[in-house]
Amino acid sequence: MARSGDRDVRGQTLEAAAGNGLINRRALLGRGMVIAGAMGAGIGPSAAAGAEPLSDGPWSLEVGDPTPLYQVPSKFEAKVVRTLSNPNHEARNSHSRTPHHFLEGTTTPNGLHFTINHGGIPTIDPDKHRLVIHGLVKQPLEFTLETLSRYPMTSRVSFVECGGNSAPMFAPEPMQETVQALHGLASCAEWTGVKLSTLLEETGVDPRAKWLIAEGADSPHLSRSVPMQKALDDAMIALYQNGERIMPGNGYPMRLLLPGYEGNMNVKFLRRLKLVEQPGMSYYEARTYSPILPSGKAYRFYFLQEVKSFITHPSHGMALKGPGLHEISGIAYSGTGRIEKVMVSADGGKSWAQAALQEPVLSKAFTRFRLPWRWDGGPATLQSRAWDESGNVQPTRAEFVAARGQLDKPAPVLAFPNQHYNSITSWGVASSGEVKHVYA
Amino acid sequence: MFTPKRAIFTASMLLAITASASLAETPNLGKPIDEAAIANWDISILPDGTGLPKGSGTPAKGAVIYAEKCSACHGDSGKGGAAAALVSDKKIEGISAAQKTIKNFIGDSTTIFDFIRRAMPFQAPRSLGDDEVYALTAYILAENKLIGPSDEMNAQTLPKVKMPNHDNFIIRFPDRI
Repeated sequence: MARSGDRDVRGQTLEAAAGNGLINRRALLGRGMVIAGAMGAGIGPSAAAGAEPLSDGPWSLEVGDPTPLYQVPSKFEAKVVRTLSNPNHEARNSHSRTPHHFLEGTTTPNGLHFTINHGGIPTIDPDKHRLVIHGLVKQPLEFTLETLSRYPMTSRVSFVECGGNSAPMFAPEPMQETVQALHGLASCAEWTGVKLSTLLEETGVDPRAKWLIAEGADSPHLSRSVPMQKALDDAMIALYQNGERIMPGNGYPMRLLLPGYEGNMNVKFLRRLKLVEQPGMSYYEARTYSPILPSGKAYRFYFLQEVKSFITHPSHGMALKGPGLHEISGIAYSGTGRIEKVMVSADGGKSWAQAALQEPVLSKAFTRFRLPWRWDGGPATLQSRAWDESGNVQPTRAEFVAARGQLDKPAPVLAFPNQHYNSITSWGVASSGEVKHVYA
Repeated sequence: MFTPKRAIFTASMLLAITASASLAETPNLGKPIDEAAIANWDISILPDGTGLPKGSGTPAKGAVIYAEKCSACHGDSGKGGAAAALVSDKKIEGISAAQKTIKNFIGDSTTIFDFIRRAMPFQAPRSLGDDEVYALTAYILAENKLIGPSDEMNAQTLPKVKMPNHDNFIIRFPDRI
């Protein structure tokens, strides 16, 4: 409930939108002063009497550091890094996870984009790299990075998400892990490159071709089968990531980008595309990304990363500094298209308020949602739930578990005990302000 | 960023495309290459056996190669070690992916050949000859009792091996294929 003192600079009351302190999102829209005004309420001139006089820091009294060729974040941001599954580079795959709880907006900085590599990161000489397109084509063609760079470029913002992201939530009890550990295998960048359909126009496509097998130049020669339907739709040979060449861990010098499709299918270090009549049933489609169902059967060709959202601020491991106004903020996305709306609850799903979506809301891209919340200092359970433009809705955990099952006992947090988890994430706020992962 | 200059360029290109009737102009910078020149890279294998190379191997030959090049990670007789077990009779109970084995999960025998040839041994991928890959595939299939102990695997026999879990999959989004 809005209290009588909750007024913005125009004297308007902050309107309650749902239970346990959620405030109407209109308080955020185009009225940036509202929260500042409301937060200032109660701090009058008398409270400022004991304020420390301002003084210069040493950085203001001397010449600063020289300008580096390639700048990196401030040393005070050293905690804002990915977490590594295989820091000693043992003979197995290696994941790094995006620290969503330290980031804002919708763009994942290149150095923090998640990666999974199955045989280390290859050091590819871009001048010697080749991409061949062959199989059921009229004319097999070979492309270099230089020739591809002369093609018409297109840019699009797209999330990439591992099919195993959020897998710790298959555990029967909520694992006490941060949003980075739970959902860090999803990131979002602006990718620039050549539409695959342009290159296929040049090779010509035999009408018998129903799939293409994409293969990387990395040591496992990772390969995945992609339906021609997707290849001719919005697939891209991506050369740039957020304006600069693709990072080595993300597929330098080129990767297949299949917006909205399972991360593993977006083959990195792309060197070969073979058009074929039937899928190859590579290791990753035959085994890893075919999730086992409670019936004992398994899904195959899951492709889509379905509609999902999670709150990043506040989230597990944080502590609220005290009652009053806070902004709930998080990320929503769908492999099907645009996010249509995100609803937020502060009472474990009893009541919901619609969050404000940060423009622009782009198809198959991270969408930032925000909602003001007045925390009264009591227990609260924060949740977000997303809808996409095709009418798909993020399932509750109960709905998800009924359809897809859960583990008998928790697996290690870095394991992938199943795939394609997209239900609601819940954060429990204790009276102490401590935020923990809960199921609700 | 979409600058006005670029917008003008794009607009003029659109006009040019419209003017040249149906043919969209592309740079045509791809270099023609024939399949023979791609052969060394073309390691794609389809479940019906398309793409399987010449050569053959038996479980007995595979056992020798396995002990030398695979057992350090996958354990003696494929029982598992630092890397996954390759031989197991475990059934799947519940939804944990950790239970997946070749015998209880992989739907097509060609997947085994394909993965060994492209990705194994972990530290030296593409170092095995095709006969060695056939032999290792035969060894793994025989240890799992999916073929007889002296059955030879080659381009004809391998795709015919029946995998127990072959018909146990549901296509998640058939309309996207």
